[in-house]
Amino acid sequence: MAPSTAGRSPILSYMATAPFVVTEAPLDLTPLVDLVAGRLASAPASAGAVTSFLGTVRNENQGRRVERLEYEAYSPLAVKAFERIAAEASERWPETVLAVHHRVGVLAIGEASVAIAAASPHRAHAFAACRYAIERIKQIAPIWKHEFFEGGDVWIEGATADPDDEAARQTALDRACA
Amino acid sequence: MRVTVRLFARLRDIAGASDLERELSGGATARALWEALASEFPELAPYRATVSVAVNEEYARMDAPLTDGDDIAFLPPVSGG
Repeated sequence: MAPSTAGRSPILSYMATAPFVVTEAPLDLTPLVDLVAGRLASAPASAGAVTSFLGTVRNENQGRRVERLEYEAYSPLAVKAFERIAAEASERWPETVLAVHHRVGVLAIGEASVAIAAASPHRAHAFAACRYAIERIKQIAPIWKHEFFEGGDVWIEGATADPDDEAARQTALDRACA
Repeated sequence: MRVTVRLFARLRDIAGASDLERELSGGATARALWEALASEFPELAPYRATVSVAVNEEYARMDAPLTDGDDIAFLPPVSGG
């Protein structure tokens, strides 16, 4: 175990080192950035760029005043979806490494729901992979947000999850490379 | 054969349970299981065209034949991120 994690609880040590996680704990980008940068450091071409993305809870949605969100996930399948997305990204942008942590449970306005880090020898690829990851998460990760707003609540239903839908994958690629 | 059904988000709210056990005839598909649930819980019916299925923690097709002991998850349209 790396000296920097010595003394932490087993759960925190796992959080610090696992690339794909669904958790009820507040998210922190730092371990994701360390992880992807570290994984590329030992590769033939070490990282030239690390990008990150933090999705946070907005206080408004479609004219509704949002009070909180409750996220639910089918965790084992969500972790596999993150792994799949990372494999797709490294196929499209060679030597690009991703890490994704997604939060579940009750989230207040402003709290982070998803944290993503991407490392690549090239900054354009690191930016693109990070964008691709969030677009694909919205398409195929089995995660749902239950919105509680002023006067009611609603389950948000976006994309029909189908990892083999090539048109959806192309849409994510187009957005990543826009 | 006996299978376990997992329901998420609004599907769970409609059925009033996150886990169900169901008895199916041999060779039944995920779609047949879904149709049986939609008969039992009519509010599920509108999800017919948009529901996804996972069998034993892997995405699957609705025409996938099921086997005894399978763990089947029905997923409404997702909204993570």
